[in-house]
Parts: sequence; C-alpha cells; structure tokens
Amino acid sequence: MTSLLDLDLLWVTGKGGVGKTSIAAAIAEVAARSGRRTLVCEMDAKGALASALGEDRLDFEPTEVEPNLFAMTMSTEDSLREYLRLFVKIPFLGRIGPLAKTFDFVADAAPGVKEILSVGKLCYEVREHHYDLVVVDAEATGHIVSQIGAPKVIADLVQVGLVRDQTQWMLDILNDPQRTGVAVVTTPEEMPVTETAELLGRLTAETGAHAAAIIANRVLPVLFDRREQAVVDQLDAAMPALIDAVGSGAPVVVEAARLTEARRRTGAEHLRRLVEDLHAQDGASASIPMLTVPELFSRAHGRRVVSLIADGLADELDVELDVEAASR
Amino acid sequence: MSDLDNLLASREMVLVAGSGGVGKTTIAAAMGIAAAQRQKGKILVLTVDPARRLATALGLDEVGNTPVRIKPAVFKEAGVKVRGQLWVAMLDTKAGWDELIRQHAPDAEVRDAVLANPLYQNITSRFVHSHDYLAMEQLHDLHAAGEFDLVIVDTPPSRNALSILDAPGRMVDFFGSRLLRWLTVPYRSRLFTVASKPFYQVADRVLGSRFLQDIADFFVLFQAMESGFVKRARSVEALLVDARTAFVVVTTLETAPSHEARYLAEELLQRKMSLGAIVANRVLPSELASAAAAESAEALRERSGRKLAKIVAADLDDAPVTVVDGVLDQLAERFDDVALVAARETERRADLAALTPAMLDVPWLTGDIHDIAGLGGLADHLRVDSTLR
Repeated sequence: MTSLLDLDLLWVTGKGGVGKTSIAAAIAEVAARSGRRTLVCEMDAKGALASALGEDRLDFEPTEVEPNLFAMTMSTEDSLREYLRLFVKIPFLGRIGPLAKTFDFVADAAPGVKEILSVGKLCYEVREHHYDLVVVDAEATGHIVSQIGAPKVIADLVQVGLVRDQTQWMLDILNDPQRTGVAVVTTPEEMPVTETAELLGRLTAETGAHAAAIIANRVLPVLFDRREQAVVDQLDAAMPALIDAVGSGAPVVVEAARLTEARRRTGAEHLRRLVEDLHAQDGASASIPMLTVPELFSRAHGRRVVSLIADGLADELDVELDVEAASR
Repeated sequence: MSDLDNLLASREMVLVAGSGGVGKTTIAAAMGIAAAQRQKGKILVLTVDPARRLATALGLDEVGNTPVRIKPAVFKEAGVKVRGQLWVAMLDTKAGWDELIRQHAPDAEVRDAVLANPLYQNITSRFVHSHDYLAMEQLHDLHAAGEFDLVIVDTPPSRNALSILDAPGRMVDFFGSRLLRWLTVPYRSRLFTVASKPFYQVADRVLGSRFLQDIADFFVLFQAMESGFVKRARSVEALLVDARTAFVVVTTLETAPSHEARYLAEELLQRKMSLGAIVANRVLPSELASAAAAESAEALRERSGRKLAKIVAADLDDAPVTVVDGVLDQLAERFDDVALVAARETERRADLAALTPAMLDVPWLTGDIHDIAGLGGLADHLRVDSTLR
C-alpha cells in the first residue's frame, strides 16, 4: 500500500460535518512539513479551507500559505479559461466573460462537463509535476462518485470532440492506485460510518479510483482500563464521601466521565462495525488502512486546529516533520 | 399542551430541515410518533435516505413513493401508545421524475421520447437540484390529495439547506433561461447567428457537436412540458409560505451545525416562512457547565495524598487504593474537556433560542435509536413543555 503522502493526487471526502476540510488541510500541512511541494484545493468554494488555513480568501491562482504549501479554490470558469488557453489555443481571453457565462449554463445541464473541468485542472497539475502532492478537499460522500467519475461518464456519453480526447490521460492518472487515492473521513457515528462503507463498496467500480485510507476523526480517548472501570461502576456507593470531600458537584463530575465513556464505547462499536463491513466486501476494502485522529477538546480554531490535527496525523503516518518548518 | 403538540396540531405540513448528520431523519420520525400520540387522524412521515436500521425499525424495507401504515401491533409491542395512524413513505427521485413527465407530457409521443432519452436520467439527477424539487413536488401532491391530516417531511440532505427553499423558483427560472432557449434553437440556425457564432464554434470543438445535439434534443422535448412544470412549481412555491406550513430546524450544538441552523432560521424569517421550532439534538446535560461541578473537579484535582482514595475505597468492593486514586485523577483531569463542550453548547443554545418561538432539547442518549420504542422515548423528550425546563 502506497503511503498517502507518496501519492500524486489525494481526494479527501466524507459525510458533511465530519471535518473533511480540516483533515484535508492537515494532510497537506503534514506533506508540506515533510518537505513535499504540496497543493491543497477546495472544490466547493464555500470558503471553509480558507478559514482552516487562517487565510482571508483563496483564489484559483494558488497562494503559498507556508513554505511548500499552496492553496487554491476551484472555479469552473477560470478552469475553462485556462483550458481554452492551453489546449484549444483560443487567444481572445479578453472577450471570454460572456462566453464563459453561457458555457456555464451548458455545463450546468450537461452531465459531467462542470466536473471534468475541475477534475481536469487537478489532473493537469499532476501531469505537469507542478507539485509532489495535490490534496483535494472534495465533494461529500454523496457526490464524490460523480465528481471523480466525471471523466468516465464523459468517455461513455460523448462520442467525439476535444473533451472526449482529453479523458484518456485523466483516466490514466485517476485509475492508477500508485498515483491517485481517495481518503474517506468519518466520525465514530452511525450515519458517517454507514456512508463510508457504502462509498467504499462502489468507489472503484464506478470511478476507477482506489481508496487509500479511512480517517476516523474525533475519536474519544479511553478513560479507564478494566480495573478502573469496575471502580467507576460502583462509585455511587462512595458518593456521600466524595461530596463531603470535594463538594456538591461531585456527582456531575462522575456523570461527565460516564457520559464520555459511554459515548466513546458507542463510537468504538461503530468503527468496529465499519471494519466488519469492509471485510464482508471484496478483498481490497479489507486492506484499507484506518488512521485515527483524536477528539480535540480545545478552544482553538482555524489554523491552530489544523496544526493540532497535523501533529496527530504525522504520528499515524509515521512521518518525521521538519521541526524548523513547524515552528516558523 | 407542549410547544411541539401545539405546532403539530395547528399545521398541516411540517418541513424538517438542517445540515447533514444531525439526526434529522430520526427527529422527523419521532415527531411523527409524537403527533400520533397527541392527536387522532392520519399522519405521514415522508423521508429520504434513512439510515438502514431506522428504515427497518419503521418497516420501510420495500417502500417507495406509496405510503404504508405502521401497524398498531408494532406500537403495542414497543409499548408506545398512539391515538392516530402513522404512515411512512420514502422519496424515490427516479420514480418521482417519471411520474412528473407522465403528468406534464402533452402527448404519449413526447412522454415516451423523454423517458427513452439516454440523457434523461443523467440530466434529471443533476440539474436544478432535482432531489429538493422532487421533495417539494411530493409534498404538494400529498397536500392537494388531502388524504393526510399532517405531513412531516424529512428534507433531503444538502450542504446548503436553503437550496430546498429555492428549488421551485429555480425550476421556473430554468424554463425562462437563456440556456434552454439556446439549446432549443434548431442546430443549423445556431451556426449562422453572427453574434454568437464564436461561442458555438468553441462549444462544438470542446464538447463535440453530437453531444450538444443530444442535449438539445432532450431539451426540445422538455420545453413542450413548460407550462405544466412552471404552473406546478409556482404552486409548490406558494405552499412554502402557506400559513398551514411550518419549518422545524434540527441541529446539534456543535460549531458547524449550529452555524448552519442559525443561518437557516434567519433566512426563513426573512422569506416570511414560518419557523415553528428549533430542535437541539444530542444535548449534553447543562449542569456539566455549572460552577458547583467545576469547583468539585478543582477540589478533586488539588487534593493531596491518598487520603480521599482510601476513604472512597473503603466504601467500595474489591477496590485497591491505587486504582481508586487513578480513577479520581482521571475524573478531575477529564472533567474540563466535557465541561468545555457543555459550556459552548449552552452558549449556542441560547443564541438559537432567541430566533425561534420554541426551542426543544433532546438529550444525548446512549446508543443509536433504531426501533419504535427508541423513537417513542425521543418523542417524549420532544413533548416536554419548554417552560418547565
């Protein structure tokens, strides 16, 4: 199995709300801090990546947010402009405005056209070796298949034309597990886990791309070992003594630990079910590595959170970080 | 009567909205049970893409667009008392579109041509957020048929919850758009329109003229159904602001979902759509954020020696002092984490409560809900009168 960071193109997806953007930003940060020239790209232009990286805004033109780490946001129109310039050799860039707008209408309706412009842009960066790794903050699990699968759809639907001709080299990149991988982010909860298993069950068949990792985010730590748990279970018997010693809030303090532990156990059960589901699928699914990112009980947000996640991920990925780069 | 009871009794349609992963489907189902507990009559929960185990719990294994009734025996077995009938249906987008085409096609020829068009399925599943539109359509149908006293709709998950509100308008816009006009101009005359010639040349070179022709053929057929579609979309739009319709926004008190819920609630108000309630799901007990608890945790952390561990151990069975001491350390250390989360939740809850006539809390429950008994328990939480909190 190729390590995530040794891929050329890494798609990061997951159910909405599981922390997909933070994880994508953190992976990119780990890659950059390990010395790889890295591009991270947000596909939906919602601005979440910009705030995760502590930037006011990101554009189609990549911004170097720290040494080796470049960030951009996808724009179909800019992508079309670049495409026309590079491949169709159309010179009238000044007048492309209304043209792009009309084109946008068509792209809205025609299956796969919008997606292929975005996917094409990313594949182009890979083909030209502009970066060591391109990390994509991609669509959520519900839409990722039509995003990555766009070249395949176009190849099936469109008989002739430039776009058709362009799909083959993209497919070569997307279908090669040594070059392209999909990381699915999940939290230890029922729905995200179910969607993860479903996506992994059909990803390769429908898009040709391969899963590279499952990233379990916001995993709670184990609070008590077995002997300690036995003590916690019967603590109510000592509650009067505890209240006497530390005050009336003692029952709530105990309750807090019990709630957290119950929450952790439910989550662990979901992750166990995920592993089981994957083993029940074909051989490839069973061997997808699972990385764990702990719940960060922290007041930090934005950039700080991404760095904390990156530290955890670096351990999981067994990557030595450039300490100097980290302290900059 | 509780806030929720009032809402469910006074409205005919309740749309449950919110960002993905907050337990929207489960809350919608529990609201259906709450309504059936409180009132007689026929209540329908229209759901999309439910978690499989929830579907099984509701008897939704093979259900499509057609509503099925949850059998009284199922409630009896689960110990949930109901007065009304609870029906459930699942949204089936493909079948929904086929049905729409059948209704609006001017003749059998157009109908068959659309249904057989190779691009039909691919396009309908992508443009104008067809999931959202279909949900609105079905609601309209069900309401018009008058078969149910109350319809609760679990809206489709979407990154931007507002897309569902805009769906009917977008459908109308689409029919008036340049895109449709352009696509339906006969192919030949297109090439000779001087002004737009460069565009067509580029489009042809990039996309291939055959592909454009396929798309155009499809939309020419589609245009034949314009008047039917537009009329429908307008009445669906009117339904959203109808006095008999209410929205319930479901959220957890985590950062992103509460942000989305706030935005959604504000937009609803601005659009003069009726926000009936906000449901905060998976809420931590608020006493976790209390001063007394914080003080006790502090005292526990600051204790010296093993005196307390010895006292506690004496009250327990088979509890070595070292293990008890370790437990006390953990309790003190970990409390801050949970208290921090609880404190944040309290802030966000207050923030949301200011926007809505009714704020309902569902506590964080151990384990997931996947049977009628569990949903009944959830319904009990929803029906607690908020003034008693």
